[in-house]
This record gives sequence, C-alpha cells and structure tokens, in this order.
Amino acid sequence: MKKILAVDDSASMRQMVGFTLKKAGFDVTEARDGSEALSIAKQQGFDAVISDVNMPIMDGITLIRELRNLPNYKFTPLLMLTTESGLDKKTEGKAAGATGWIVKPFNPEQLLAVLKKVIR
Amino acid sequence: MSIDLSQFFEVFFEESFEGLDAMESELVNIEPGTEDKETINTIFRAAHSIKGGSGTFGFTSVSDFTHVLETLLDQIRDGQRELTTEYVNLLLKSVDCLRTLLRALQAEETPDLEEANELRGKFEAILGMESTAEPTGSSDAVTEVAKNTYQIDFKPKPHLFKTGNEPLFMISELGELGEIETQAFYDAVPDIHQLHPDECFLSWRFFLTTDKEQSAIEEIFEWVEDDAEITINVCGGIFEDAAALSEENEPLSVQKTATQALVSPAGNKELAKKVESKKSTDSSTSNSIRVGIDKVDSLINMVGELVITQAMLSQIGEQEITESTITALQEGLAQLAHNTRDLQENVMRIRMLPISFVFSRFPRLVRDISQKLNKQVELKLLGEQTELDKTVMEKISDPMVHLVRNSLDHGLEIPERRIAAGKDPVGTVTLNAFHQGGNIVIEIMDDGQGLNTERIRQKAIDNGLIQAHEELSSDEVNELIFMPGFSTADEVSDISGRGVGMDVVRRNIQALNGSVEVSSAPGVGSTFTIRLPLTLAILDGQLVQVAQHTYIIPLISIVESLQIDISKVSRVGKDLDVLRLRDEYIPILRLYDIFDHQGAIEELDKTLLVVVESDNHKVGLLVDDLLAQQQVVIKSLEANYQKVDGISGATILGDGRVSLIVDISGLIKLSGLKRPGSQELLVEQHGTEVA
Repeated sequence: MKKILAVDDSASMRQMVGFTLKKAGFDVTEARDGSEALSIAKQQGFDAVISDVNMPIMDGITLIRELRNLPNYKFTPLLMLTTESGLDKKTEGKAAGATGWIVKPFNPEQLLAVLKKVIR
Repeated sequence: MSIDLSQFFEVFFEESFEGLDAMESELVNIEPGTEDKETINTIFRAAHSIKGGSGTFGFTSVSDFTHVLETLLDQIRDGQRELTTEYVNLLLKSVDCLRTLLRALQAEETPDLEEANELRGKFEAILGMESTAEPTGSSDAVTEVAKNTYQIDFKPKPHLFKTGNEPLFMISELGELGEIETQAFYDAVPDIHQLHPDECFLSWRFFLTTDKEQSAIEEIFEWVEDDAEITINVCGGIFEDAAALSEENEPLSVQKTATQALVSPAGNKELAKKVESKKSTDSSTSNSIRVGIDKVDSLINMVGELVITQAMLSQIGEQEITESTITALQEGLAQLAHNTRDLQENVMRIRMLPISFVFSRFPRLVRDISQKLNKQVELKLLGEQTELDKTVMEKISDPMVHLVRNSLDHGLEIPERRIAAGKDPVGTVTLNAFHQGGNIVIEIMDDGQGLNTERIRQKAIDNGLIQAHEELSSDEVNELIFMPGFSTADEVSDISGRGVGMDVVRRNIQALNGSVEVSSAPGVGSTFTIRLPLTLAILDGQLVQVAQHTYIIPLISIVESLQIDISKVSRVGKDLDVLRLRDEYIPILRLYDIFDHQGAIEELDKTLLVVVESDNHKVGLLVDDLLAQQQVVIKSLEANYQKVDGISGATILGDGRVSLIVDISGLIKLSGLKRPGSQELLVEQHGTEVA
C-alpha cells in the first residue's frame, strides 16, 4: 500500500484529503503543520507528500525545501495545495523542490486524478 | 468514486468560526503601523483557510467574499500596502459578515448576500479591481474537438527526477488520451563510468492521435515545463486558418493551466444547491463541549480506581464476617467515598471551561463602543483561565456585556475630562476572574469618575424609590442603581440605557444563584463584583428541619440565623409577624404554614429564624432546627415532576430521602408579601407604621 503524508492546518481539508486518499486505497498519515510533517517524515518513509502552503509554525514551501534535502526524499513526489491566485507561489514551490501542485478548491475526484501523475 | 463532502461540513464550520475569532482578536489588538508580520500572517491564514475550505466544500458565496479579503491581506503581508484603521474596520466588518454567512449555511439556509456584496464592492474599490458581480468562474472542462495528431518532443533536463516527476507516468497519461506512438532517444546516455543514476539522459518523441484539445497535453507536462524542453506541434488534421496553426506551433507556454479547468465549479454549485434545499433543522448554538484529553484521562483513571475498590469490597463480602473483615470493610467504604468524591469533582470539571470564552468577546466590544463614544480605553483581562461551568458561562455573558457597556458609557470620562482631572487620558476597564471558596468572582473595574451618589439619590427621590428625608449611606445609595427603572445617564444613549436596567442584570445573576455588588469612589472609579456558584448542578445548602421534613436553603442567600427575641416581634395586618432586627423589620415566614405541615413548633421563641435575602429584600424563615450544611446535587423538579411554587428543585439526601430546595424569591411571592408587579415588599410599608 502506498503511503502518503497529508499536511494541512485546516482540520476539514485534512479530513477531506485523508478520507479521499484512504478510500482510494492509500495509507495516509496526517500532519497539522510543516514542522510536525517534517518530524514524521524523518521517522518513516512516504511515497508522496501533499502539503498546504500557508500554515503556522512551518509553511509548506519550507517543508518541501527541507524534505527535498533529505536523502530519502530526493525523488519523492512533493505536491503542494495552492490557490489559483498563488501563481508566484507555484514558482516559489518549484524552486524549493516541489514536484507539482493541486489548485484549490478541488474535489476528491480531482485530487485523485492529479495524484495519478506521480503515483501509480 | 463518490465522496459525500457534507460529512466534513461540521468540522469546516467549527474551524471557520475559530478562525474568525482569531482574526477578530488579532484585528482588535492591532495598532496600524506597528503591527508585526506574524499578526498579519495569522489573520491571512485564517482568511485563506476559510476561502480554501469554503471553495472545496461548495460554499461559493463565502469563498468569493473571502477572496477579496485574502487578496488585500496578501498585499499587506507582502508590504505592497500599509494597514490602515480603515482596513481594520472593514476587515472587522467582514468578520461579522462572514460569521453571518457561515451561520446561515450551517443552519442550511440561503445566506443573505446583501452585506457581503456591499463589503466586497468596497474591497474591490480599494484593490482597484473590476467589480465582479458573478462569482469568478473557471474555464470550462476540456472539450472534445476533431481528431488531431500531435508531434510531441519531450527532452527532460538531467535533474528531472529530482523534482519527483516520473516520465513513465507522464507517458502513460499521454497514452490515455488517445493512440500513441513513442520514439525514445538514448544517444545522450553517457558511458557507464560517467553515468549518474540520479539523472535523466533519455528523451522522447511521441505521435499522439487524440480528439482532446492541446491543453490536455499541456496539462500533463505542466509541472515540468521548466525542467524539460517540450514542443507540441500539430502534424495532421484540418486547420481553419494559418494563424491558428502558427499559434499552436509555438513552443508550449503554459498560461492557461488546465488544472484550472479541473476546478470547474459545476459540481460545487450542485452541492451548494443541495445544501440550500435541505430544511433548516438546527440552530447555531452548539451543544457539544470540547474536553481536554487530560480531563478524560483522569476520569478513566478514577473509574479504574473505583472498579478496584468495588472488587475489593465484593471480595470482603464473600468472606465470613469477623472483626477483621469489618475493619477491612470500613476501610473499603472509606476508599469508596474517596473515589466517588474524586470522580464527582472530575466529572464536574468536564463542564468547566475557562472564562476566556466570555472574556474574548470584550476586546471587540470595547473597541467598537469606545470608538463610538470617542473615549480612549484600555481593556485588561485578568484570570482568563479561571474555569466556570458552561451553562453558567452562557448565562453570565449578557449581564457582563451590560456592565462593561455601563462602565464605558457612564464610568469612564472623555479624554479631556480625564486630563483635567489629572488622570491618564486612556481609561482602563479591567475584567478579573478568580475562584473564592466554591464561587467564582468576576470583577468589572473602571478607573472612571465613580458613581455620582448625589445624582443617584436625586433620581431615586424623583422616581419615588426613596423619601427625600431618608438618610442613606453612600453604599446604600449605590445599591439603588439596581432598583427597577433606574438609568443614571442624563440622556439615554444607544450604548447603555436601552431600557434594560441594572435591575435586570441583578435579577439574571440572582437566577444563577449569584449576587452582584457595586463599590465606588468618586473620581477614582467603580467596581462591580459578580459572585457566582461554580456550577448550577451542585449547590451549597443549609439543611433545616420543618416538622418531620428536611428542607434545603441555598447557603448563598442566608444572611444570618438567630433565636427570636419575642419582645421585638410585632404583628402587622392580620397574621404577619415582623421582627425588629437592629434597624430593619424582617417579616417572618412560617415554612410549616406555607408548605402545610403539621406538628411543627409554632412558638416563636422555641424555633429558629433563618434570615435570607433575595432581590434586595430580607425575610426570616421560621424553622424547627438547623441541621448540617452540605453540598447537594440539584435534581430538576420540572423534569421529574412538575413546577412547584416556592421550590427550586430537589435533592436526595444521604439516607435516600428526597429533600426539597427552597426558592427564596418564589417563596416571597407565594407568601403574598409582594404584590404582583410590585418590587416592594408590603411589609416595608407596614414596617414604618409599626415603628
């Protein structure tokens, strides 16, 4: 079973993402902010990380940069959840090592469709 | 796969309201020009989360509105714009507006968008945006066109793998669009010694025959446009003109992202409609409470202890009874009593919430009112972590709002007057909460002008509350403000004096078995002190004997208990006795008479008188004897039987008997001491006669 780390400070988004992925047969771990995600990611491996950008304590861009520098996450798909207005965020995210992005708002089907680009 | 998004709504609403609370409290504290980045970030994040969530869950009215808010906040965050008081005011209004929208959606009603649209217009004017009456729609989903064959050259840069992208998946995805023919070029692959396994040396050329638009292909390579050379050319099919050809021949530039197309609001709109069509069932008040995990853990712990004690006791029960088993039994029972008490305390703690839940609404209130009154006010909150029963908390909020309004309106002076009086132009209102015995004490202090005893006295005389010749101490005069129909403001303002007087405040607090007092010093300020029981479920009671029955009198209302000096008792009217106690006349209520019990002691000098106070009036309750004082658990009579006049509830005593709790103010009414609608005891008029 593929393991996914879902990071979002909003409980409802986290639940929605987590629920969707679990239903699609993924093993999902949830984290509330970048720093929590980073410490979880250091303890166990994941096949993909999906992270929100705006979060307290550590934001998504920093998380992606930190993760990409870890040997275990050199090739791991790191996706960010962003709003359509955040075009410069996409560039910033890519520079930090993001694989791609999912544009908010999205529904469960869209999430899974986008995920297919990096996990099969 | 279909997932019912409505299962996430409740969490979304809850976190959105929390986010709005956070926004509000940050905004209220903000001093434009001195704000720090983290404050703006917190506000931005809250708005951002609400926008993201509402978009995802199909609440377009909320997400459209939050969008403009977010844009402005984003510009402030990036330093493109400075935060002004105007923005703060607008943002605060938006918080209120969003709260209204979300409440309507939560109640599954169609929200009223008038205010939202008005505010949105203002934001758009600030942002210099064109007004968008319609929600910002996204482009349509990928439409099908006639079949084309595309030649796609895909030459990844060596670092492609390090972005986490996988060419194989992209090729598979491409293959899903139509028929595909693939050529791989491996001429760039170096000698095995120079080969870096981390890097990508392969490149590809695809011929894809598909009925999908080019944007569908662009979408696949969207994430790697900077990490590869990609060219997409049409090499077959019918073209209408050369311009289209040349445009499509241009190297891929992803401007119109197809993911945007993915987020077509069609599905969301449907969802919103579904939500709106449901009948509104619940209100916005939540009946659930959040309990800290530590509290639950300690409960489980205690139940564990209880189970152990029970096991121990039942083990003793199985043994033959000897002297040693009796000792063990006694020890076990003591243990059981201990466990039960602990458990009771901890269960009560679950209902306890920090008073910050109430306090948190005051910064905004104080800000709004002080702006309206042109007064400068600093609000200090102390003891925010003091815990209080949730029900009590809900009911104390309104009286507190009234008192704080009063302090701002009548207590604090305008800056000029303060300066003239040699005070700091900024007035201070302090809310303080702390525990004292089994009570919580809430103080509302201001450093204003204090109560004007002369004016209160004059007003009381004008209203006929006191006689002009009556000599009253200043404390007694101050007490008058709690009398019905009293407003100290010279003019009725829209801040306080809304026809709801201090008497209502006092009555509401007394309904919670609490009390409110005022102390004031001219020119220095006034302090209102509210005293409340920590919970409504338990009451400190004085057990009293009336004939063969035991009644409970709430300890908080007892002033004193005494033996009657028969020489000071006079009879007024037909059958009312009053006791002259110091300077007051206390009407004597015979409980046995009111509750119709036979066999009670009727001689006044052989009984005891419990003097109680309610609604500012003292009465003496005649009882046979005083028994123990203890905490009693209140059981509702209305829920278990029916409402009984003069009785506020019942409890079960240690011996299993039911004992009734006396409702003092109800008793006074029942005894006929008070005329309906009158605030004065009849006896006070009689009292002057016998004097």
